Amino acid sequence: MEILVCARRVPDTSENEIALNSTANDIERDELVYSINEPDNYAVEEALQMVAKVGGNVTVVTVGGDDDEEILRREMAMGANHGVLITDDAFTGSDGRGIATILKAFVQKGNFDLILTGVQAEDGAAQVGGMLAAMLDYPFASLVNSIEIVDGKKLKISREIEGGNKEMSEIDLPCVLSIQTGINEPRYVGMRGIRAVASVPIPTYDATQLDLVPNTVGASAAKVKRVDYFMPTLGKGAEMLTGEREENIEKLLELVAAKGGLK
Amino acid sequence: MLQDVQLETQVTSWLIQAQLLVLSIHVLGIACFAYIVARRLVPLMRAEHDSRFDRTSARIGKFLKYWLGQWKHPRYRVAGVLHILIFAGFLVLAMRAFTVLIVGVSENFVMPGLSGETGHIYEIITDYAATLVFLCMIFAIIRRLAFQPARYAVPEKFGKAHKADAIFLLSLIAILMLADSLFEAAKAASQPQLGVTVAMTSFLSLPWVLKIAFASMPITTLADIYFGSYLLHAFAFYFLLCYRPFGIQFHVETSLFNIYFAKLDRGTIKPVRWGVSDEHLDQVKSFGVKTFEDFTWKHVLDFYSCADCGRCSDNCPANAAGRPLSPRFLTTKARDYAFQHYPMFGKAGNGTPLIGNIYSEDEIWSCTTCGACEEECPLLIEYIDKIVDLRRGMIDEGNVPQSLQKPLKALESRGNPYGKMEKKRADWTNAKEFKQVCPVITLGKQSTAETLYFADSITSYDDRMQSIARSTAKVLDHLGEDFGILGAAEKDSGHEVRRFGEETLFMALRDHNTEAIHGSGVKRIVTSDPHAYNALKHDYRDVPPVEHISQVLADGVESGKVKFNPIEDRDDVYTYHDPCYLGRHNQIYDEPRNVLDAIPGLKRVEMSRSRDRSFCCGGGGLMLFYEPKEEERMGVKRVRMAAEAGANVIVTACPFCMVNIEDAIKVAGLEGKMSAIDLVELADRQIARNRPALDEKAFEAQQHEAVTGR
Repeated sequence: MEILVCARRVPDTSENEIALNSTANDIERDELVYSINEPDNYAVEEALQMVAKVGGNVTVVTVGGDDDEEILRREMAMGANHGVLITDDAFTGSDGRGIATILKAFVQKGNFDLILTGVQAEDGAAQVGGMLAAMLDYPFASLVNSIEIVDGKKLKISREIEGGNKEMSEIDLPCVLSIQTGINEPRYVGMRGIRAVASVPIPTYDATQLDLVPNTVGASAAKVKRVDYFMPTLGKGAEMLTGEREENIEKLLELVAAKGGLK
Repeated sequence: MLQDVQLETQVTSWLIQAQLLVLSIHVLGIACFAYIVARRLVPLMRAEHDSRFDRTSARIGKFLKYWLGQWKHPRYRVAGVLHILIFAGFLVLAMRAFTVLIVGVSENFVMPGLSGETGHIYEIITDYAATLVFLCMIFAIIRRLAFQPARYAVPEKFGKAHKADAIFLLSLIAILMLADSLFEAAKAASQPQLGVTVAMTSFLSLPWVLKIAFASMPITTLADIYFGSYLLHAFAFYFLLCYRPFGIQFHVETSLFNIYFAKLDRGTIKPVRWGVSDEHLDQVKSFGVKTFEDFTWKHVLDFYSCADCGRCSDNCPANAAGRPLSPRFLTTKARDYAFQHYPMFGKAGNGTPLIGNIYSEDEIWSCTTCGACEEECPLLIEYIDKIVDLRRGMIDEGNVPQSLQKPLKALESRGNPYGKMEKKRADWTNAKEFKQVCPVITLGKQSTAETLYFADSITSYDDRMQSIARSTAKVLDHLGEDFGILGAAEKDSGHEVRRFGEETLFMALRDHNTEAIHGSGVKRIVTSDPHAYNALKHDYRDVPPVEHISQVLADGVESGKVKFNPIEDRDDVYTYHDPCYLGRHNQIYDEPRNVLDAIPGLKRVEMSRSRDRSFCCGGGGLMLFYEPKEEERMGVKRVRMAAEAGANVIVTACPFCMVNIEDAIKVAGLEGKMSAIDLVELADRQIARNRPALDEKAFEAQQHEAVTGR
């Protein structure tokens, strides 16, 4: 099975203090550390596990710049067979539809049975997967938290619904799935693994190689534009209980019950 | 005269007639043993390289202390003394056993150097030795049957109990001793009847008792006993010799080598591969232990040598907390694996992975590397290096719990496990009141100092632990030390990174810090974190000498530079908890106690488990992120031990102990009744600044004044 995972490099939310820059048109990026978007990492792990069962290849692709190569190497250290960087100045300022257009062009160059994305980029809006599927005219399922290979033509997938229940579906291949964290336990990648793939060449594709028409991608084609960032004004805040411990527990139970939290 | 000789021949003639039989028993027994040992050597030959043929004098010293001197044994009084008696008996009897064996082939053989008077004295000693060992065996069997010490029990998940095997082996030794004594007694009992010079048997010894019992027996019966006991002795001897390599008694042979080749340096971790330098590590295809053959030959020898005495697990805090780790079974499971996959006949070894087969992941992650097991083992079996090697193997396979992946990733990108910004590493120095009394400089190109205070991650970033950093700075300031910190240039020491098996990341952290330390131009390093202390001292190379703040304080107390005000609350009872990496791994036991005892009016008690038997609080560094499966936290057990000792203040000297113990106080429901304080915080609180310290009498006078208002 040939699997493509679309991945993205994002500021690591657990290792950064996100703040707005002085002009409030972006976050302060000076001292940020980046890593692969967490759900994308789960998608790669799932792809690797599927390939381990039925054979095939895992390709990880990202749209970005030279800095983004870092996540491709990390995923290759994890076991992905190929990493591909799609990069062109013309792509700058693309909205979700633009990114989906770029990815669609890449998918059509290859012969993929399955395309995985993370459920959402930590700095994104969970839109590329669905749009990509629509553009390719592939079936799409989102929030996938388990995949079972039925045969070469079908997958059995599930997503979590209210109350921890699972909804099971069948989906025809080729298809696009957006992967939820928790679908597996991604393997660890250390510095040693990354060093081992440090000199593996990573192929790049630009707009011309992907036969992309200039006005379909980039800032000029973007129909969704970010206009501002702002910090919401602080609300009233939490109610502090200041009594003795026993009293506080009583009060807390009362409050939780009043809000319907206790039955 | 001639008649005498003929009569004596009647008794001993059996042996002469059966010389061929006896000779073939010898040849067969020795050949069997040689074959078995050769097969047992196969895994050692296939194992990884290990560097143990150096430092002969240190090794001989270790051998004399721990093998011949049985140094660790009395730590368990009854079993230990019993073992020392048996060991001494065996030493005495070893030569005698060979003499008896040779006598079967060459009747008048006398061991060189043991003729005449010396031989006579030796015989007396051996009579008693055989008696002693015989009695010890009877006692040991009774102990196994009637008293059943808890540490010998085998929980079902770890396999079958070895009680039957133990009793069988004990009985065999008892039979060997009995056969030897029967042989002696039969000969001695026949002598008066034969009219030859009667050899002395030692008063009240087993041969002596038997000789009296045999006194009236006809000479032919005695001849039968003489020959029968000889055969019994030979069979028991060779059976034991060849049976030992199949179980716990192999240590009789292997202990000699195991102790000679034992690890010499405390606090260190073995390299990924012996003989491969850091620069060439990238060329090593696989890291750590994944299959049995990845262990070093010394570690395989460890497996063979374990006597299954259970002392390691009896002291293991992970085992006590109900985690799925018991060091004893770590060894015995590997031994069982070796015996099964390296059989006496047929093909050997198939390289199956150990994790998921004989070991579970949680078992290997459960170890805090506190070293209690190694401290206790009479045979100096190593555990930490094996655990680290197994972890290296899991890391290499990407098999790491999710809870540990985040902090490891953060250590890689930010140099601390919390993912906090580098520039905030020195924020603890900016606390308002502190900054005014004790400004701390950050070392760099412009500013240098004599001493570096290496705070390490938790002390730099954790709100609670920053107080330890500030106290350390204030103590150094009080002592007039010219010191500074690395600030943002400091990264985690990597102590736990290495012990969790992430060698490549550790090396990156070490290299970064080494460069920063060299760049700062300091001559000495002080730290308040025993883990950082151990890393800088044993894991780093070519860095200035490092001291723990408790050593600095102890020196200050001794030189008189540090004087303390008396303790105010006289109801408080203090106890000192030895952090593993200060105590066991670095032997710093007395300095912190000396500091405490220098504080006037401080009442101090010892917990039953202290010094080298200290009980780990739950582990530091990455262990704080690991979510173990356990019944009760180690820290909670430790806090209870403090309460049992009658203490209400636990003093420690490690930020990780502080985390675990403070949490445990809450979990144990002792909040308000028990508190914890770091040694340096306590010292900082009590230190007498500017004005001369009050002595005990002056203090009491002042108290009295305050109470009476006069």
